[in-house]
Amino acid sequence: MRSSRTMTLPVTTSTSGGLPWRHILLAALGVLVVAFAFSANGYVVTVIGFAAIYALFCTGLNFFMGFTGQASFGQNAFAALGGYGSAILTADYGFEPAIALILTMAFSGVVALVVGYPTLRLRGHYLAMATFALGLITYEISINWTDVTQGYMGYSGIPPLGIGPYYADTPKQQLAVILILLALGVLAAAALKNSRFGRACRAIAGSELAAGALGIPVARYKLVSFVIAALYASAAGSLFAHFVGFISPEVFGTAMVVQSFTMLYLGGIGTIAGPLIGAVVVSLLPELMRGLKDYQTIGYLVILLGILIYAPKGVAGLLDRLLPKREG
Amino acid sequence: MTTPLLEIRDLSARYGHVEALKPTSLTVAEGELVTILGPNGAGKSTLLRAVTRLTPGPGAILFKGRDVSALPTHKLSELGIILVQEGRGLFGDMSVRENLVLGAYNAGGDTAEIAARMEKVFSLFPRLKERLDQKAALMSGGEQQMLAIGRAMMAGPKLLMLDEPSLGLAPRVAGEILETLGELNRQGLGILLVEQKAPLALRLARRVYVLSLGRIVAELPSHEIKSHHDLARYYLH
Repeated sequence: MRSSRTMTLPVTTSTSGGLPWRHILLAALGVLVVAFAFSANGYVVTVIGFAAIYALFCTGLNFFMGFTGQASFGQNAFAALGGYGSAILTADYGFEPAIALILTMAFSGVVALVVGYPTLRLRGHYLAMATFALGLITYEISINWTDVTQGYMGYSGIPPLGIGPYYADTPKQQLAVILILLALGVLAAAALKNSRFGRACRAIAGSELAAGALGIPVARYKLVSFVIAALYASAAGSLFAHFVGFISPEVFGTAMVVQSFTMLYLGGIGTIAGPLIGAVVVSLLPELMRGLKDYQTIGYLVILLGILIYAPKGVAGLLDRLLPKREG
Repeated sequence: MTTPLLEIRDLSARYGHVEALKPTSLTVAEGELVTILGPNGAGKSTLLRAVTRLTPGPGAILFKGRDVSALPTHKLSELGIILVQEGRGLFGDMSVRENLVLGAYNAGGDTAEIAARMEKVFSLFPRLKERLDQKAALMSGGEQQMLAIGRAMMAGPKLLMLDEPSLGLAPRVAGEILETLGELNRQGLGILLVEQKAPLALRLARRVYVLSLGRIVAELPSHEIKSHHDLARYYLH
């Protein structure tokens, strides 16, 4: 019997450290964005609310793709499960939104476990294609199973977030709840990343063979990482449904995959801050460029390309380069 | 007769239609250092991968007399069968410290125990202590090999298997590393060593197996290799 399974890093003669300038800068930017949202009108609240929901989605995706080094083009399937699950449970069966969110997360986790077990035996492009098919299948189901999903008509009448007598009635209250859940999600991801399990996942990302040789149960951990990403995606889907009050199949379509990948790579895959930065930049940039009118899309794409060319590890990677850890 | 530390019986492995390792049997006694020699493509690496089930195949693997053939890689690692792969298999983006901690992944133990293991590794390879926060990818080849062996030692191995640890290293560094392996063996650690630098490896080993085209073609005490002119010509010059 082993004495303990906790494995914190022993400190012997560490020389790294210094002022966490990156953390201070990112926290200041975060506070600015939040302050801007709460002082602005309804539209800005909605845009930043979407950014926060996407940030949660991408934080989960980042765990599977960034930390564990796997490919998934189908996490939108779990967002759809979350969205439709919450919608049906609250609007049709009268569940409390918070309870519905938790139940759909649990359901999505079980689905991820069942689907991931055979799928994650695939690698590389084959895994990417299989997960992409998962997203497409879910999309088709959401269109064609009209008795449950109401197809293209979409699902309306979804109540706002809340539990018992406490409901987030205004968009700003809803945004506050979403931001709190996002903060919890990010803290959980950071704790997981630095845990024994998280280090094992990063080892799998480095080399599955080497990780296996060290005794890391590669297949099992890939599956757990996939389930974690599904839980985040499901929560994001549920939050979207409650935030907007309406969902339709397009919300969780292929565009969601493209959008989340853009956020992940632009923000910095494999970092905790990356999904947050990516979600904010990709959500706000088009809005900030509305003044360009017909050239808005071109300007937006030029900036995205510029970031990806000059900061191939994303904005978080660029910050690492500009504000490295102080040695001493 | 004492039970061998490792005994394999008719172990084979294939990649698709190619049988890279034909039914092979060998033993490693407790505290013994055994070397496997053979030209490129002889099946040496496949043999080590088959033993650790990274490349599973039919045949029996007995560890301290217990049949472990059906166990997956991570369970074998828990028993103390540890492989240092060719190319070292380090996690380049992680620091030396993180690589070492991952080595103890299956060995359990609290922070103090892991720190104590690290100190033992530093006593073998003091240079690792100086590079503790350096990314593994930024180290020299010799330091990387030290880290790979140090990481394997963090797992508390009962049988350490190494696939060409001197590959790509300067002769002096390779010599240092093989001397350290000799020291570990003198402390009682069983070692199965695949090595191209035969003169060095043969100096450490008690017995040698020669592998060719996926099968063992000779098994002999290492000092006898000089008397086999064909083997001596091939491996000692």
